[in-house]
Amino acid sequence: MSLLSARDLIRRAEERVQPDEDLKQSPTLELEHLDTLWLQVTGTLCNLACLHCFISCGPKNDNHPMMTVEEVENAIERAVEEGVKEFYYTGGEPFMHPEIRTMIELALEHGPLTVLTNGILIDDELAQWLAETFRRSRYSFDLRVSLDGTTPSENDAIRGRGSFEKILAGVDRLVEHELNPVITVTTCHAELGGEQGRERFFKLLRQRGLKRPRLKFLAPFKIGREERRDEGYRAYERLQKGDLDPEAKQSLQCSSCRMVTANGAYPCPILIEYDEARMGDTLDDALRDIELDHPACYTCYVEGVTCRT
Amino acid sequence: MSDLNKATTSQKTGTKFAVFGGVYNNHLSLKATLRDARSKGARHLYCLGDMGGFGPHPDRVFAPLRDSTDLSVMQGNYDHSIGHRLDDCACGYTDPRDNHFAQLSYDYTLENTSDTHKDWLRGLPREIRCLWGGCRVLMAHGSPRRVNEFLWESTCSDVFLAYLLDEWEADLLLVTHTGIPWRRRLDDGRQVVNVGAIGRPANNGRTDVEYALVDVGPDGIDISIEQVGYDHQRLAHEMRNEGLPQEFVETILSGWWTTCLEVLPAKERAAGIH
Repeated sequence: MSLLSARDLIRRAEERVQPDEDLKQSPTLELEHLDTLWLQVTGTLCNLACLHCFISCGPKNDNHPMMTVEEVENAIERAVEEGVKEFYYTGGEPFMHPEIRTMIELALEHGPLTVLTNGILIDDELAQWLAETFRRSRYSFDLRVSLDGTTPSENDAIRGRGSFEKILAGVDRLVEHELNPVITVTTCHAELGGEQGRERFFKLLRQRGLKRPRLKFLAPFKIGREERRDEGYRAYERLQKGDLDPEAKQSLQCSSCRMVTANGAYPCPILIEYDEARMGDTLDDALRDIELDHPACYTCYVEGVTCRT
Repeated sequence: MSDLNKATTSQKTGTKFAVFGGVYNNHLSLKATLRDARSKGARHLYCLGDMGGFGPHPDRVFAPLRDSTDLSVMQGNYDHSIGHRLDDCACGYTDPRDNHFAQLSYDYTLENTSDTHKDWLRGLPREIRCLWGGCRVLMAHGSPRRVNEFLWESTCSDVFLAYLLDEWEADLLLVTHTGIPWRRRLDDGRQVVNVGAIGRPANNGRTDVEYALVDVGPDGIDISIEQVGYDHQRLAHEMRNEGLPQEFVETILSGWWTTCLEVLPAKERAAGIH
């Protein structure tokens, strides 16, 4: 019988408490670089309560409160130190924030900005301000307006009664001021996802005066309110260790983005209602690797989803 | 970073260099660009890749590219795909219309590029590094980190460009891939230049094409974007004879892009008419 040295005993003890890499179920994803900073500027507060919303935003949801200008500024400044490429503002509905214009100007001092909106609060005066800001800014300033159907019945079944006309009225005002927003479609209606669905949107938008329509299609995430509308994830819909080659890792947005809300920092815009996804209080806490252990990660991988434009 | 696929040269001060990209089968604008750059005193020329796509007669660009002793050539995403006989150009479009036109020109280029030129494309370096008057110069196709990354003027923050220069240890970064040229000098004097493309106009309503002329003097490096006219009517005629899409011909004749517009950011898109 051979005697074990103290060093061997310590090494054995360490092996027992350290998880074996090969036994972990979920892949680890490194943060390649902070290209994109997402900010949940209005928290979960929204003037709509869309049935497919993956974070259940609505007029009464204050799970994530509105961010203060100072919170936004702090996150932006920290991201600038990291060499951030671009910013995205989302909610909720960003234009519900009383200080959204200050926040927009703050971001555009440092880099390009995209604001995700449902367009309903864009009146003539705001549209004019947005157009002036677009022309004044040295960086790209883009708006993404969500619309989920080419008819009132199709869209309103998801986004609420009367929303189709209100959204398109906002788009009309942007077009009047020569802005060209990206229309974002979540493909809850499967038939909208294909080429024919795309053509239907192009036709609608050209009829509304958008000469050069821009479209983005997103697959729905089966979490939040969408989980109740349709169905949640099945047990097999999880990423496994070994699923991701380097190219697939690079294509996942969370290899180069982080989200900051009033409640803290998260890997991406999708998972902010999951306590286990929270990475810490500030952006600093989130500049590290993540585990792709949420079923929504499966949607990003399988559908090739990126929240970026 | 690996030392594989690198070409390194060293130069003294007081010289001019020409840097261009995006040939896109346009053998007429290629010859015009080489003539223009040499007439302006460029001692050495650099091509940042994407020889194929869009234009007619793919094989006609290779003699000027391969036979010039004053020209260094690197590989773009298109060259990688053609060189490896892949199924598509890896341009990364998502709009079906963009993909339709991109596939059409890719299939045409793959079919009409001879094997010897495909093999040459496959062996090209993926980056070029030089030292110009003490300035560390890095040339990449899309960006130093990804061959098909688009570096648009309106979507690159100053701090992001500084990050690229820091991380890839360069004072001057030259790229192509987007087809629209721009220059930026950071507060610390370092520069990033997208040299545009010589294969098709820069979506500005003009029919000429653009490249970068670099003047390395004792007081630093000046970079200008040069415009080159060429016989675009003849190219349009050749494109029609080859059965290439009318949309492509229209771009050559009008200077406005008609396809692959999806990738344009809001500002660059607003500058065009389609």
